[in-house]
Amino acid sequence: MTTTNPSVITDEMRAIVGVEGAPATLEVERTNCRMFARSVGHADPIFYDVDAAKAAGYRDIVASPGFLGTPIFNPNRPPAGPAEMSGRGYSIPYKRVLNGGTEYEYFPENDVICAGDTITVRGKIAGFEETTGSIGPMLITKRETTYTNQDGKVVAKMYGTTIQY
Amino acid sequence: MSQVFFEDVAEGLEIPELKKNCSTQQLVLWAAGSGDFYQIHYDKDFAQGTGLPGLIVHGALKHAFLGQLVHDWMGPKGELRKFGCSYRGMDYPNEDIRCRGVVTKKYTENGKNFVELDIWTENPAGKKTSPGTATVALPSKN
Repeated sequence: MTTTNPSVITDEMRAIVGVEGAPATLEVERTNCRMFARSVGHADPIFYDVDAAKAAGYRDIVASPGFLGTPIFNPNRPPAGPAEMSGRGYSIPYKRVLNGGTEYEYFPENDVICAGDTITVRGKIAGFEETTGSIGPMLITKRETTYTNQDGKVVAKMYGTTIQY
Repeated sequence: MSQVFFEDVAEGLEIPELKKNCSTQQLVLWAAGSGDFYQIHYDKDFAQGTGLPGLIVHGALKHAFLGQLVHDWMGPKGELRKFGCSYRGMDYPNEDIRCRGVVTKKYTENGKNFVELDIWTENPAGKKTSPGTATVALPSKN
């Protein structure tokens, strides 16, 4: 899309498109699975009860839609924000940030995320776009994050959009 | 939960609506459940200090509501393949959030039966605040 404003995309930013960041680890624990499902309001027992999940054919309590595990907290490191909001470590003139959207893709033919899993997360910036909307000129950052379980199986991908303006 | 089959579904079918109405308590539950502790979702003074009219519902919570909408509809043998939405408008605590979906496409690929849907949340004024799409695989009666 053409814009009359000077581009804020620098060579430094172009160079990181497609480059995978350092991997992080997420733990999928029963208590967190239950907490997430409860906070949404889920009623399906596969998200709360081990026996119900096993009776339905799963290894353990199932991670409800949108739950991909909990980052391991380290008091000596700043906590990471949600993956779809990260990747803004470069210098651009916009001060405000919006989460533009999130899409998750699951690969149940590989495996379903269940309590007890350890997920390795690898993220990259898929691209930058610039446009001008009702709120003025904006930079749109597209991110892609891959979630791999302890058996090396890709169980999910996240496509996130961050808007800065 | 009842099971929906591929043969039961046609383009244009509206799936059962899921109605939500977030108390501030639910927003705090979600903050803990999701790990998103941004104060605009539970500290009214903070939210107003950023120029918002008051507390707002987390976008990712609305996304998860849409996940529940599809999960509850597709039944135990359905497979959620994809679901996502963009955030186009704010929703507020103690206001109805209608989660809705309509089938847009059905097709068979490599022996699997896929159904695509438009999904969205809708505020009391009828505005689609989180429009998106979902893809599920459904079992066949055959």
